[in-house]
Amino acid sequence: MAAVQDSAVVVGGGAQARPVAQGRWASIWAKHGAGYMFLLPWLIGFFGLTLGPAVASLYLSFTSFDLIRAPEWVGTANYVRIATADPKFAAAMQVTFLYVVLSVPFKLTFALLVAILLDRGVRGLTVYRAIFYLPSLLGGSVAIAVLWRQLFAGDGLINSLLAQFGIEGPSWISHPNYSIWTLVVLSVWQFGSPMIIFLAGLRQIPTDMYEAASLDGASKFRQFYKITLPLLTPVIFFNAVVQTIDAFKAFTPAFIISGGTGGPINSTLFYTLYLYQEAFGNFRMGYASALAWILVLIIALFTAFSFLTSRYWVHYDD
Amino acid sequence: MATSVVLQKVEKRYGALDVIHGIDLTIDPGEFAVFVGPSGCGKSTLLRMIAGLEEITGGTLMLDNDRMNEVAPAKRGIAMVFQSYALYPHMSVYKNLAFGLETAGYRKAEIEPKVRRAAEILQIEKLLDRKPKALSGGQRQRVAIGRAIVREPRIFLFDEPLSNLDAELRVQMRVEISRLHRDLGNTMIYVTHDQVEAMTMADKIVVLNSGRIEQVGAPLDLYNHPVNRFVAGFIGSPKMNFLKARIAAVGEAETAIQVCGGTIRLPRALKGAAPEQEVTFGIRPEHLSAHEDGIALAPINVELVENLGGETMLYGITPDGQHITVALEGQQKVERGTNLAVHFDPSRCHVFGADGKAM
Repeated sequence: MAAVQDSAVVVGGGAQARPVAQGRWASIWAKHGAGYMFLLPWLIGFFGLTLGPAVASLYLSFTSFDLIRAPEWVGTANYVRIATADPKFAAAMQVTFLYVVLSVPFKLTFALLVAILLDRGVRGLTVYRAIFYLPSLLGGSVAIAVLWRQLFAGDGLINSLLAQFGIEGPSWISHPNYSIWTLVVLSVWQFGSPMIIFLAGLRQIPTDMYEAASLDGASKFRQFYKITLPLLTPVIFFNAVVQTIDAFKAFTPAFIISGGTGGPINSTLFYTLYLYQEAFGNFRMGYASALAWILVLIIALFTAFSFLTSRYWVHYDD
Repeated sequence: MATSVVLQKVEKRYGALDVIHGIDLTIDPGEFAVFVGPSGCGKSTLLRMIAGLEEITGGTLMLDNDRMNEVAPAKRGIAMVFQSYALYPHMSVYKNLAFGLETAGYRKAEIEPKVRRAAEILQIEKLLDRKPKALSGGQRQRVAIGRAIVREPRIFLFDEPLSNLDAELRVQMRVEISRLHRDLGNTMIYVTHDQVEAMTMADKIVVLNSGRIEQVGAPLDLYNHPVNRFVAGFIGSPKMNFLKARIAAVGEAETAIQVCGGTIRLPRALKGAAPEQEVTFGIRPEHLSAHEDGIALAPINVELVENLGGETMLYGITPDGQHITVALEGQQKVERGTNLAVHFDPSRCHVFGADGKAM
């Protein structure tokens, strides 16, 4: 009887609590519902297309998975093989690091030079800015990569131009010593995005600093390396991090120019291209997932290292 | 050995726009000259032309009898303190002070004593290792002045250097800059829109308006004998009262003026005065008195009383409806709505013709 009474009490209590809980949810919905509805497309995208696949790939990296049969748990075998028994991984790493080390400094230097030229108050600045930015919009596209292939082919436009001066150019794309350079040049050509950011940074430097320096007798060159460069370091840092991450992730140009092979002799085998080959050429999804997570780790380590060293060379005003 | 500055018919044009109209000015060696005027009058442009930061479109700039028009800024022997201080944010105070000397090729052993001496003069020795962002506004200002001092220039230029400081610090820095001028003895040119700074610091004030010099003179000359209504209104705080008036009669040694609904008799002849002529009667608020001495102006109806402790400001209306300000010494008990008879010393009043010129 006592149990029945207790039960009745519990049921009674629950019956009283439910409307309170419902009321609270209704109140939250009434207050924030519209906001969440606006957020919903992004939430779907984030969970469905970013976080979900990322977590899935992390799981798959510990499996053997060929897209047909169910994933088979293999533990750290994929990672062990990458580290110990995969010469192509080492080749891809070497090519990718070479590409990062060459393309990022060249691209940033070129972008800074153009930004300095545009900062000198040229007429029609907005037109030039748009024109120079255009390659950044197009550069990652398949069409431009195809065009690049035509330009640098053995009988391409570059060699035709060189032939006018009696120079017999090599087949830039099919020569292992030069092929990486065609990709570096393509990367530098897409200088628009960092250039716009450099230009904005240059505009932020107060003119009276240059005036004070000119009263002190500083030459233009001294003004550049004593004032412009140090004050631009936050922008240089930002551009360097963004461009380096982009370079690590570069895929389309190498895929199109090498016809998806990474050749000749693996000279354009970017890390992402090798990852693609493993995933969609050899159908080793688990192995490719492990490669992807190693790339994430490399980018994260590089970024962390950049931030740690930035305190020694990046000058923030406040 | 201080330097003279001479401007001869100096002009500045931006395309078709004339901003400086043929200025003639002489600043004597060791003088503290202040360019003062409202925003856009061309005072900063004129300073920048002397510095070499703006090209001189016409006329001649002479420093110690040497033409400077084509000489590069760094070769003019000039140091400038900017309104924004223009300190290099990525350099320590020491590096900021040393930058000019390093640029000029001095050795480290030569630079250090110069920097230390400037720091000592400005009492910033303890700040030498700090970056500008770790300094207060006043400290930044001192560093900016220090950067000018270390170069041992012939001429110091100051472009509204105190305008970013709060009122208390402004007064303090004003005193320090004056002391610096006294100690160093260099020629200094100082730009400000604050007439109090001009009055307190200058040996010579240059009042500019729309790219022209309105008057040049010692502070009290400008205060006591403004040549026109613009200078009379710009120099002095609180501002001079300007009252509509009419010449009633003109005598050999006396002029009768109708003002504030009454007639006053000034015991002097006014240049170019004629009966019935419309004029402006000018009298400074501090030259009006509630005591019965001097000439009586029509009684004013007091609308507002401000007790500032050291003085009492009265804002009132004259019988003919014109606004007038009276500054009485000390703490006066005056009720709002009082009809107060005010008097003035006739030697202290000013009369301006229709063209604004003093009569």
